[in-house]
Amino acid sequence: MALVDDRLTHDTGILFSEAMPGDYFALLKPRVMSLVVFTAFVGLVAAPVSLNPFITVISVLAIAVGAGASGALNMWYDADIDRLMGRTASRPIPSGRVAPGQALAFGLVLSALSVMMLGLVANWLAASLLAFTIFFYAVVYTMWLKRSTPQNIVIGGAAGAFPPMIGWAAATGAFGLESILLFLVIFLWTPPHFWALALFKQAEYGRAGIPMMPNVAGEASTRRQIFAYSLVTAAAGVAPAAFGFASVAYGIVATVLSLGLVWYAWKVMRMDASDRAMKPAKALFGYSLLYLFGIFGAYLVDVVVARIGG
Amino acid sequence: MEGRMSSEARVTPTDRQKKAQRARSIAIALSLIVFVVVMYIVTIVKMGPAILDRAL
Repeated sequence: MALVDDRLTHDTGILFSEAMPGDYFALLKPRVMSLVVFTAFVGLVAAPVSLNPFITVISVLAIAVGAGASGALNMWYDADIDRLMGRTASRPIPSGRVAPGQALAFGLVLSALSVMMLGLVANWLAASLLAFTIFFYAVVYTMWLKRSTPQNIVIGGAAGAFPPMIGWAAATGAFGLESILLFLVIFLWTPPHFWALALFKQAEYGRAGIPMMPNVAGEASTRRQIFAYSLVTAAAGVAPAAFGFASVAYGIVATVLSLGLVWYAWKVMRMDASDRAMKPAKALFGYSLLYLFGIFGAYLVDVVVARIGG
Repeated sequence: MEGRMSSEARVTPTDRQKKAQRARSIAIALSLIVFVVVMYIVTIVKMGPAILDRAL
């Protein structure tokens, strides 16, 4: 806080910020936003309706801005613990480039604008789900679950899983079973992804007082839970083909990708307790990102090919 | 009002602060332009020819 005040006031008592536009863009968590954009786009395109391309692009943009806004609200609330962890200490608020109040205002304005835009461009069901997602991430996850339970990212993972459902709802005005399956893939994928990170960042999370699973239940229990969640994630990844929503070709690709996820999770479960480099956990973290993009990419290609062929 | 302010009461931003303020102003202006253009095109796309169908 002292750093923020010094930089902003410059000993004058009057606010002059040195924040550049890029600092505000960083508040939107662009890397998380890229995942949201992609999964929401897949939800939109997979919906069995023909859409105006411009409406599709603006709908995805509105969902992306809404996700970014919730990221800004998260950074506003978490500034105190972000400064304690190496991974987050350089974010705009803890590094003193953006004042907390400015980040809060930025997040609130963008939340309202994105929901309004999606409502006007697509429909109010999609807009309501976007508003709920922002609320769920900023309030339920960030303000409540994150600091109070090791199930924080399990329940909070729903916020990251809603975008394909929002995309589907934006296209159709309803929730289809296909979009719920896409939701499940991300929802079940979240624990192995974040717990792999939590394993090799355990000390930082402990310093910040965040009750991540390895800090509360121990590494052995976390490694077993990672493997269990990877198994159900793999099942969810293949489910669109099993339910007949995707082709056999998708089923084969999803099976191969899912076997990879289970393999990496198995390596984590078998990791030696004395292994502090935790290469298997780092490998799983990296592969899990590829896995999600791979599953959604394969589903997108499958839908497009089926549409061209049909 | 400004004319009555003493020079001590005025605050001069540093060059870096001025540069940041200018960059933020340009970013806000561009965002507003994009917002207006998007709303304009959305209106045309959503309403189509019906945009002209109104009581005068």
